[in-house]
Amino acid sequence: MNDDISRAIQTLPDRVNADHRLTRIGRYCSTEFLLAAGEASFHIQVERGRITQVLPGPRRMRAWSFALRGAPDAWRHFWQPVPAVGFNDIFAMCRYGHLHIDGDVGPLLENLRFIKEVIALPRGDIAGDAP
Amino acid sequence: MSMVIEPIIGRYAHITIEGVSHRIYFEESGSGIPLLCLHTAGAHSSQYRHLMCDAAVTDRFRVLAFDLPWHGKSNPPPGWQDQEYRLTSAFYVAAIRAFVEAMALERPVVMGCSMGGRVVVRLAMQCGADLRAVIGLEGSDHPSPWYDDSWLDRPEFLRGDFCAALVSGLVAPRSPDEFRWETLWHYYQSGPDVFKGDMHFYRTDSEYRAERADTHGCPVYLMTGEYDYSCTPQLTRESAARIPAAEAIIMRDLGHFPMSENPGRFRDYLLPVLTRIEERR
Repeated sequence: MNDDISRAIQTLPDRVNADHRLTRIGRYCSTEFLLAAGEASFHIQVERGRITQVLPGPRRMRAWSFALRGAPDAWRHFWQPVPAVGFNDIFAMCRYGHLHIDGDVGPLLENLRFIKEVIALPRGDIAGDAP
Repeated sequence: MSMVIEPIIGRYAHITIEGVSHRIYFEESGSGIPLLCLHTAGAHSSQYRHLMCDAAVTDRFRVLAFDLPWHGKSNPPPGWQDQEYRLTSAFYVAAIRAFVEAMALERPVVMGCSMGGRVVVRLAMQCGADLRAVIGLEGSDHPSPWYDDSWLDRPEFLRGDFCAALVSGLVAPRSPDEFRWETLWHYYQSGPDVFKGDMHFYRTDSEYRAERADTHGCPVYLMTGEYDYSCTPQLTRESAARIPAAEAIIMRDLGHFPMSENPGRFRDYLLPVLTRIEERR
């Protein structure tokens, strides 16, 4: 049911690692964060601005730094080519209750532009109109 | 070789604010009714450059904008190196009034954005009789923080690229890339801790909700972009409902920085408001 979301997230390593502009912006970023879409979750491992692994969760006793948790449809809205009001940015989604951020926000804030640009990469990938 | 020189003139003025002399940078363009523009937190007057080059505005209005102390090309006060910058409501209002007085602006229109859109509400309540109108862009009558206070204590607030990334989503998705990134560049440019110091005003020291708000006949226009999640359209409408002679105008396809993120779209909303202000004696 959430295959489209899984596919979108699995494209991140190739996209990021081939994008020298983005790996330069993220050169100080090494962390593993969690992106959750409803019941589905993904551990996204970053090493100096490169995505080294995307592991589908849940994983027993595996740590992550911060988690971005939204409903599948919230992510589908977020990844529309022109997102609707309240869905154009992770903080917009938080403000309107569509996304929750928990854990250690340190690595997120330290690398804020990089993380925001990475998770926005699938924008336009989700087929069809907004859910 | 071709060259375009903009009509904007920039100068420096030495102005006393709360007993301390400040070297203030200001820009102006046009002639007519004084229209004083206030920049957002952590930014500077260049946000209004498009307005200052728009003949439909400058033919009727003398557009002025100054950089607050610590911002843009205005100096921090002597001894700044030993101070922690924290903008207060009292200082902000005093700075605006000192500038208006020093420039001998007669019944100006004051238009501010974000924290500037907040302080114009205070100005209208405090000295509305001396103003022709105020325009609060992305403005409301009270703080409504959207991230946790603990973030302010993090060292990232010293970094321009962080401040820019913190506000980047406040630019609407359809705003042109060139102007999106110019708007964010102003945040990259800020001195360390200045954006944070402005947050003291914006998140704490600007509670203006009053049971009996009185703007002394001064019209208040609160104009907010639909994509603004800092000052949301709902906060704008609620504020306008509490303030006499206030009107909320929600602007489609705009975010938190209408004048700099999408100047072409913004003027469609602003010009009719300026005309109404001009026609009102």
